[in-house]
Amino acid sequence: MAYPIEDAARRLGARRSVWLLLSGFAALLLAEIVYAAGSGFLKIPLGEVLRILLAQLGAGEAAARLGEMAPVVVVDVRLPRILTAALVGGGLAVSGAVFQGILLNPLADPYTLGVSAGAAFGAALALLGNFTLLGPWSVPVMAFAGAVATLLAVICLAGMDGDVSSSSLILSGIIVAAILSAGVSFIKYLADEQVGIIIFWLMGSFASKGWADVGLAALAVGLGTALFFFFSRDLNLLALGSRTAGSLGVSPRKMALILLVGASLVAAVCVAVSGIIGFVGLLVPHMVRVVTGPDNRRLIPVSLLAGACLLLGADTVTRAVLPQEIPIGVITALIGGPFFCVIYRRRMKK
Amino acid sequence: MVEVDGITFAYGAKRVFDDLSLRFEARCFYGIIGPNGSGKSTLIDLLCGHLRPVRGTVRLAGRPLGAYSPKALARRLALVPQASRLDFPYSCEELVMMGRYPHIPRFARPAATDRRMVATVLAETGLGAMAGRRVDRLSGGERQRVVFARALAQESEVLLLDEATAHLDMHHAIGLFNLTARRVARGGLAIAVLQDLNLAALYCDRLVCLRDGTVHASGSTAEVLTAAMLRDVFQVHARVAAIPGEQRRQVVLAREAV
Repeated sequence: MAYPIEDAARRLGARRSVWLLLSGFAALLLAEIVYAAGSGFLKIPLGEVLRILLAQLGAGEAAARLGEMAPVVVVDVRLPRILTAALVGGGLAVSGAVFQGILLNPLADPYTLGVSAGAAFGAALALLGNFTLLGPWSVPVMAFAGAVATLLAVICLAGMDGDVSSSSLILSGIIVAAILSAGVSFIKYLADEQVGIIIFWLMGSFASKGWADVGLAALAVGLGTALFFFFSRDLNLLALGSRTAGSLGVSPRKMALILLVGASLVAAVCVAVSGIIGFVGLLVPHMVRVVTGPDNRRLIPVSLLAGACLLLGADTVTRAVLPQEIPIGVITALIGGPFFCVIYRRRMKK
Repeated sequence: MVEVDGITFAYGAKRVFDDLSLRFEARCFYGIIGPNGSGKSTLIDLLCGHLRPVRGTVRLAGRPLGAYSPKALARRLALVPQASRLDFPYSCEELVMMGRYPHIPRFARPAATDRRMVATVLAETGLGAMAGRRVDRLSGGERQRVVFARALAQESEVLLLDEATAHLDMHHAIGLFNLTARRVARGGLAIAVLQDLNLAALYCDRLVCLRDGTVHASGSTAEVLTAAMLRDVFQVHARVAAIPGEQRRQVVLAREAV
């Protein structure tokens, strides 16, 4: 029998490559952050950007030339937007990986259970009713509330108190999302001059994000990723079906509920912060799986960084490279969709 | 070793078992037979703790199943389901290693003993050459053998087989039952739901025949497997014939008049 040695080597190779991948993506992300901080309407040279960033981290001689525009632009305008984009990208990617595992379906995404439709409905309602009770947080809070209410409705409809059934969850999600989309259409029809704002919100944007958005996204994505990584081995078993997971030492109902609610909350915060950005949660885990294999202990951390790189890249393209800013949700769908079709066809042919 | 004590179970309003009691002892290979819808798979689900009885208890080594943590239960009891969905591209070896999860702490790497166990069961089930192949590209029969290997890797004393050989060819079905019988000879307990009565006749020491959620007959294979039982429970005309030179009897079906 020659295979145990061969396989040990392959396993070692996989472990080395996962660290290689993680550091590669981390380096790419850092480079993207620095590049994005320097580019835009006001071009700032690389050295200057690095000096400002280091000063911000308390490592350089702080703000010797405080009167200039550059530090303000980088620290107060660009950096929050950059970090929010990266965090949301990472959050949507890990949440997508979790959904794909629980729903036993490599083609599920964070919006499969209607989180996006619920958020859209909540946000549209807030915009229509001119709800401003919570100041600038009115729309995000309503979007989050809509997403959470939708999740609860879907879980009740799917009957999670009994057995976990991926098909009944997916079906419930589709039904509830369809009803809510009709609701959003109706709201758009009712809203006269507000309709532009609603449509713009729905397409997603990182424009004018502040440090509060960064903090919120960091909290949700950080806690969520820690939770998913902690239970990543259980998620491996859940992806084999609840009966099998149960026979291998996981309480399928409890675990599915924890991960489902966790992943939905992460997605809900991402949507509340940035609007609806499609395809990241579907595409990133799907592509990362090709490299890392399906083991969630490798898939989740790599997806986090890959998602961050992808969405920050897309946002930088729309903000600083294209002559006019295109909504980020449109970019991810326009590029992600056809790209996904190509991968999917290629995999089918194999 | 496994005791079913007066359990009642229903799917909603549909009552499946009413005050059912059974005992399964170690070093014995049990077969559970019965027509479709007689409650065989539900019984397996209750035995592995996937379903909970409305009344009554299932005990393993004297303790109710509910008293075990899921992991502790998985170390003592393994399940081979009839068909498994495997949509993710795990390798055979990775999937079999999942049988070791209940033995490995959450963030620990598999120890040498775990790897040795995986290599052993892969070899035993004739999957050594396929260790690196992706499970989502295997045939149904190959996949079922991988799932069986995973259950063996769990190293549990109780092995539950839910029509585990239904999609296997004769050679592999017999190979899988041989391995199960070997576990039983080493002190384990196997409980297999199966439709192939000749396989049951060959391998099972004792049979439980279910009919509409009640025990129609229970006892040694020779006692339970009779022409009268086949007529009453399965509604077929068949003989249970001794084969010259073989210890075990076999069911011989008769063709019905068209």
